[in-house]
Amino acid sequence: MSKIRKSMFSGYDPMGGNRFSLATNAEHVCAEITLERKSKVMRALIVSLSSLFLIGGAASALAASSEADFKTAYAAAEAANKEAGSLRNQWTVTAAALSAAKKAADAGDFDQAVAQSKEAEALARASIYQATSEKEAWKALEIK
Amino acid sequence: MRPAIQFAAAVAVSAALVSAALAFGGVPSAVAADKPDPVAEAKAFRDYFTKKFPQLKLEDFVNGPYSMNEDMHRQWEEKEQFPPYEFSLDMGKEIFTKPFKNGKSYADCFPNQGIGVRQNYPTFDEKEGKVVTLELALNRCREANGEALFSYVKDEMAALTAYMAFTSRGKPFDIKIPDDPRALEAYQNGKRYFYTRRGQLNFSCATCHVQEPGERIRAEVLAPALGILNAMPIYRSEWSGMGTTSRRFTTCNSQIRGVPLDPQADEYRDLEYYLSYVSNGLPISGPGARP
Repeated sequence: MSKIRKSMFSGYDPMGGNRFSLATNAEHVCAEITLERKSKVMRALIVSLSSLFLIGGAASALAASSEADFKTAYAAAEAANKEAGSLRNQWTVTAAALSAAKKAADAGDFDQAVAQSKEAEALARASIYQATSEKEAWKALEIK
Repeated sequence: MRPAIQFAAAVAVSAALVSAALAFGGVPSAVAADKPDPVAEAKAFRDYFTKKFPQLKLEDFVNGPYSMNEDMHRQWEEKEQFPPYEFSLDMGKEIFTKPFKNGKSYADCFPNQGIGVRQNYPTFDEKEGKVVTLELALNRCREANGEALFSYVKDEMAALTAYMAFTSRGKPFDIKIPDDPRALEAYQNGKRYFYTRRGQLNFSCATCHVQEPGERIRAEVLAPALGILNAMPIYRSEWSGMGTTSRRFTTCNSQIRGVPLDPQADEYRDLEYYLSYVSNGLPISGPGARP
């Protein structure tokens, strides 16, 4: 079965018109009808599940982050930055994001505080990756 | 079947032992292959820059960006008529010659009473097993004589090193690596630091000063790494004041969005050791002025 048949309804032709003449398509009709029915059921199921997820997602997006969420995210970012420090490779932007997270938390804006903490953690992890890969990679730059 | 399995197992064990023996036997040669050769490396370093800028005389490399651009060179010559570091030089001489509270002075802490010795720093202190820079030696001198330490990045420290550099002007860098594995390790660590990318911008010292000297980064012309420390300390227009080698290293790190280490951290001491060594033979030109 072609890819078009799997994803498109029977007889669909992206260039317009029908892909098959009624005569040549006749032998496929029963199978097509069965597939279409199955496809409709699947489509309904997907739509329902997607709606469910969307509603769930929207609900969680609307839910404000708590102080506990901030503390968890901040602790993870701090731990990653500490690890970068042990590799002697902290970034100024990580420190700035941590500071912004704390400032937002002090102002009671925990959504922003969590976002900044996650940003800080991502930056710290990038600095760890850099320090680790440079343990050998620096040699490529050496004048020989 | 069983003897066959035993035979196969014996072969596997023997193979493993042979591999292990080969691996351990290979260690010394692997280490030997990785062992730095400072003399050859310094030559390669110099050759790289002299080939890249064949029109430049070797001693001109110590003039940094001013050696890279004819217009800038003219500006620099005019600047040198009334050098912006002059006030610092006067201040440095005054501090250097003024005795400590205990009656001793800096002259008591250095060979040749501290005059004309800049070209020998950093040194490798075999007692401590570490690199000692001029800035560190000056603060150790103060500490030993009951004086408070100076900041490593500017003001008095810049003034003192300016004066000491001035008394060494024209003398070629003469950095020694003693026959001590720790000295060689310090040299190697300095080299590693120089070539290692860091900060969010993912730059190494070499990114600017080996790969792109003579090119502009925003409005500034990048200096070649060869001879880059010979002019230290420097008056920088960007700083509106004097700065030491420590200041140069720490600000370079923060410019690439890396958190700088403490001034005189082991890494910076080793970096200064490496960079000074590869500029051996080039004259001290400090104090200098930079845009």
